[in-house]
Amino acid sequence: MDALLFQVLAGLATGGIYASLALALVMIYQATHLVNFAQGEMAMFTTYLAWSLISAGMPYWAAFVITIALGFALGALIERIVIRPVENAPVLAVVVVFIALLVILNSIAGWIYTYTIKAFPSPFPKEPLFGIRYMSAHELGAIGITLVVLTTLYLFFRYTPLGLAMRAVAQNPQSSRLVGIRVGWMLALGWGLAAAVGAVAGMMVAPIVYLDPNMMGGILLYAFAAALLGGIDSPMGAVIGGFTVGVLENLLGAFVIGNELKLTVALVLIVGVLLVRPSGFFGSVHVSRV
Amino acid sequence: MSRTNVILLAVLLTAACALPFIVSNYRTFQFTLVLVYAIALLGLNILTGYNGQISLGHGAFYALGAYCAAILMDKMGAPYWVTIPAAGAVCLVAGFLFGLPALRLEGLYLALATFALGVATPQLLKYHHLEKWTGGVQGIVIAKPEAPFGLPVNADQWLYFFTLAVTLGMFLLAWNLLRGRIGRALMAIRDHHLAAESMGVHNALYKSLAFGVSALYTGVAGALGAIAVQFVAPDSFNIFLSIMLLVGIVVGGLASISGALYGALFIQFVPNIADEISKAAPWAIFGIFMIGFVYLMPTGVAGAVRLLLARRRSHEI
Repeated sequence: MDALLFQVLAGLATGGIYASLALALVMIYQATHLVNFAQGEMAMFTTYLAWSLISAGMPYWAAFVITIALGFALGALIERIVIRPVENAPVLAVVVVFIALLVILNSIAGWIYTYTIKAFPSPFPKEPLFGIRYMSAHELGAIGITLVVLTTLYLFFRYTPLGLAMRAVAQNPQSSRLVGIRVGWMLALGWGLAAAVGAVAGMMVAPIVYLDPNMMGGILLYAFAAALLGGIDSPMGAVIGGFTVGVLENLLGAFVIGNELKLTVALVLIVGVLLVRPSGFFGSVHVSRV
Repeated sequence: MSRTNVILLAVLLTAACALPFIVSNYRTFQFTLVLVYAIALLGLNILTGYNGQISLGHGAFYALGAYCAAILMDKMGAPYWVTIPAAGAVCLVAGFLFGLPALRLEGLYLALATFALGVATPQLLKYHHLEKWTGGVQGIVIAKPEAPFGLPVNADQWLYFFTLAVTLGMFLLAWNLLRGRIGRALMAIRDHHLAAESMGVHNALYKSLAFGVSALYTGVAGALGAIAVQFVAPDSFNIFLSIMLLVGIVVGGLASISGALYGALFIQFVPNIADEISKAAPWAIFGIFMIGFVYLMPTGVAGAVRLLLARRRSHEI
């Protein structure tokens, strides 16, 4: 029983990270109906920036905030420069551009920081918090930070005029433009926010998986699975999907199939969800006229 | 085929046959790999370029073909030439089966599912219950075939000619397949699947067949590649292999047979040149080329060549 509880709680911790990245994917999907294959590499790259700042002697939380700002800028910049020209292009062109972004970010990180694995500091103490022996302080802290990010985003989208404008653009760009919303800038803003959320996920996962240019490959796959499970156009679903996938991954890894096939679980989950229930648990069912 | 094309093809063939006697053994090996990649790219192009189904996981089929060849040669003592049709047959079935669920996935979602397949491939190959066959992380070492019948060529040259023969056969098959009814059906599905369906094209059948045939090509390439490299290991079949194949068809030219050759030359030789700058440079260059081609030259090198030839012809008239 103890082992089970332990695995579930550890799963929740990684699940929070999947949830953040899945949320970033869903934000971009909602705004542009595209799935960003480079989301993981963007998070990886910003985590490297955080590592540089911390190595230069900056205190953790200052580096944390600056990294989020840099991530935001990076995301918005990529949208303006790289994604805009292919906004209305066929799917294949868009996928190719995303994959190109993935390899460019990956190789630039490898170029600057080399491929050797680096340790990334955790802001949380070594001893367990509040005497909870089932979870490390970092796991607990990661869950806490995930929840803070989610609440902030919810409040932002629900209660600010800017959030409202962004939701309007996601729902109906033409009408939004007619009422005077700068659609292009809202999309850039959405990309920026998604990249910032991804940056947080990267900084939370780096102490666990260590920092290297390929660290996000598997995590991105789980985030895809989480986003699809929850419904690719539902932010709430992405969060719930993220936690579910995290727990599922840990339980299956510990008790059923072992750690060797963890990525295959994600593959099966992705193909399974797409086949059985393409809208996920909370997504809207898509009906198209022919 | 016009007369100029026939002459061009003859010149190209002669050059290809003369090549291994002019350049070093290492270069011959590199050109063998170019041919191998050309077959794989042709396979991916049948699926993605002609049929419009995006695959980001074709490295998985390449790996399957490579492992088929390696296991047949190493564990069962089969001669190398038997492994090529065997790998093709296994991949045809595997591709057809993967194509069935893929029928329900469109565009982006298919890209996602195949991306997952590409990422998961090395882990599947390392799976310890399969270790008896796959050799686990260590992989399998295979011997290089010698030239038969006492031909006066060394092993590298022989393998080059063998690969060249297979490549020619595969290209001829693809050319015949794509310029006829089946090719038109595939393109019709790509351009407007509803219209194709209402014209009497069996969408489901053609799409899963395209997947199967595409996997067959890639699997044959994988088998030839394994024999050329004499080694298979899980980590050489990671997601970047799949991405490299995508780079190849984008640069070479989507929905073009000759494009496979241009793309293969690109993915074989550009990393060699770029490697001298930095270990990471090839991928940065690949990425920049991908974006550049999508923006500026969506028909790839093959499209540009076609355009140049058309221009020259119109000048002559």
